[in-house]
Amino acid sequence: MPRIALAPIDYLILFIYLCFVVGIGFALKRHMKTSSDFFLSGRSIPSWITGLAFLSANLGAQEVMGMAASGAKYGIATSHFYWVGAIPAMVFVGVFMMPFYYGSRARSVPEYLKLRFDEKTRGFNAVTFAAMTVFSSGISLYAMGLLLETLLGWSFDASILLSAIIVLCYIFLGGLTSAIYNEVLQFFLIVSGFLPLVYLGLRDIGGWNQLVARLQTTATSQGYAAGAYTSSWRYFSDASLNPMGVDWFAMVAGLGFVLSFGYWCTDFLVVQRAMAAKSMAAARRTPLIAAIPKMMFPALVILPGMLAIAMTTTGGPLELPRKPDGSFNYDMTIPMMLGHYFPPGVLGLGLTALMASFMSGMAGNVTAFNTVWTYDIYQSYIRRDASDSHYLWMGRMATVFGIGASVAAAYLATRFNNIMDFLQLVFAFVNAPLFATFLLGMFWKRSTGHGAFSGLVAGTLAAALHHGMSLPKGAVAGIKGGWLGLAVTYPSEMAQNFWTAIWAFGVCFVLTVAVSLLTVPRVESELAGLVYSLTPAPKDENLPWWERPGPLGAVILLLVVILNILFW
Amino acid sequence: MGLDLRIPIGLLLGIIGFLLVVFGLVSDPSLYQRSLGININLIWGSVLLLFGIVMVMLARRAAGSRS
Repeated sequence: MPRIALAPIDYLILFIYLCFVVGIGFALKRHMKTSSDFFLSGRSIPSWITGLAFLSANLGAQEVMGMAASGAKYGIATSHFYWVGAIPAMVFVGVFMMPFYYGSRARSVPEYLKLRFDEKTRGFNAVTFAAMTVFSSGISLYAMGLLLETLLGWSFDASILLSAIIVLCYIFLGGLTSAIYNEVLQFFLIVSGFLPLVYLGLRDIGGWNQLVARLQTTATSQGYAAGAYTSSWRYFSDASLNPMGVDWFAMVAGLGFVLSFGYWCTDFLVVQRAMAAKSMAAARRTPLIAAIPKMMFPALVILPGMLAIAMTTTGGPLELPRKPDGSFNYDMTIPMMLGHYFPPGVLGLGLTALMASFMSGMAGNVTAFNTVWTYDIYQSYIRRDASDSHYLWMGRMATVFGIGASVAAAYLATRFNNIMDFLQLVFAFVNAPLFATFLLGMFWKRSTGHGAFSGLVAGTLAAALHHGMSLPKGAVAGIKGGWLGLAVTYPSEMAQNFWTAIWAFGVCFVLTVAVSLLTVPRVESELAGLVYSLTPAPKDENLPWWERPGPLGAVILLLVVILNILFW
Repeated sequence: MGLDLRIPIGLLLGIIGFLLVVFGLVSDPSLYQRSLGININLIWGSVLLLFGIVMVMLARRAAGSRS
């Protein structure tokens, strides 16, 4: 792919953005007086800000570029990652789970596990989560350095060090509040940077109807039915009928239930944003507010991919770059379209939006890491009774360490790409059963700490076992699976991932129930505020309907159903 | 937390919008062959500038009603 040349105005836009980002950190520095200010924003942030931050923390560049790449690979079915794999879980966490996270006054998700279950369950979750956030942040940094080197010819070292220093600056100074404020800024920048791209691409191809017509040609040229790229559900009766290689059950149970609820309902990176809200009602509204723009995001990030593959396979005017082996390099969809359609000026805005998405992903991971490290590891196991100012200092040191470890992980990825693949695989095994633990913890008062811990460990082992005994079609045994032998072959890697999650959830759920029934539960008085049946429902009758989580969630779910039907 | 976020959002988008408008007015029209002949800097810059002004005005009005 040819390099993109930036004009002075492009650099000026990038420079202005970076000044604002650091400026927000400086503006908030004087408000960081206690550890609660630094880690929890003093629980003082209005819901429109926490809502957009909840969305933005997940809007890293892997999301923006990855979803465009998936749009090119799979077409409109990529919207399942939003309309099936995100919105229902966001509504569920807002309506049903946030009262326990926020109401229990837990300072983190692992701390909720401590309050509800026991120390060993918290420790398992805290240590794996802290390690995972650092590596995720490092992978984000590595991807950004690689992209800027490929696209602009910038030095890999300079790119990642500059980004790391800027993220370090604004989190060190302003803590979680600074990260949240910058995530909202990044949200507006990402939308304003990519909207003109969608408009120009659609205009170039001749509008939506022309795009659909061209994608029908694309589908038939690849051996699928004409509507395979433009129908989200019609070809999911059998995995072989759609480009994803997944059937409806794996899609609904694997992505729509286990993986999406596991991420949106238990991942501290996103839940932390809601826990910073100024009241219980604001915390419950946070994921619901995030769900509204989230359901529109396919138009912003998937549509460019669909435009790119339609143009590439039906005679232009642009063509996706290819890898050395001749296959399409789908990951370069967004950068290629930015370079193709944007003149200097908006090109600077588009690239700044791309940088913003990398930085928001990294900042989200680092703020989650410094909180879990300080509260759930350092305060719990290393130094229990220090002063609040000591924990504030430790939070800042954890930020420095988190950024340093992210940079180290980025360099590790340059040397040993397979190690990073392996680590991501291990973290996927750990995450897969998590939702079963939380579901039983919040909605079944009989579940016990021994049950939760043994369920988590068994679910993780089940995920590893399933992966070790299965392979996607055409793959070689190794990092893709099959390292214990071959019991089942899946039509695609995505189908294998979904079924791995289903098995992990199932084993964790069954074993947690079984062990809980064999062990002594905690007395009910200790579980008030932690379990559904022992917690009074939050009062919100005096609020207008659009501020009440129940009615607002119902409207959002109705809109998602309509979207699924429209693009059926 | 003592900082109305609408102000930095409005200022950032307003400044970027203003820069795009100015650049759109002074740049060579041949630059816009890439963007299908549309002066995307002028059009999108105007939208961002307007959005930025509205955000700052909303923040100032909210500050006025609080004091």
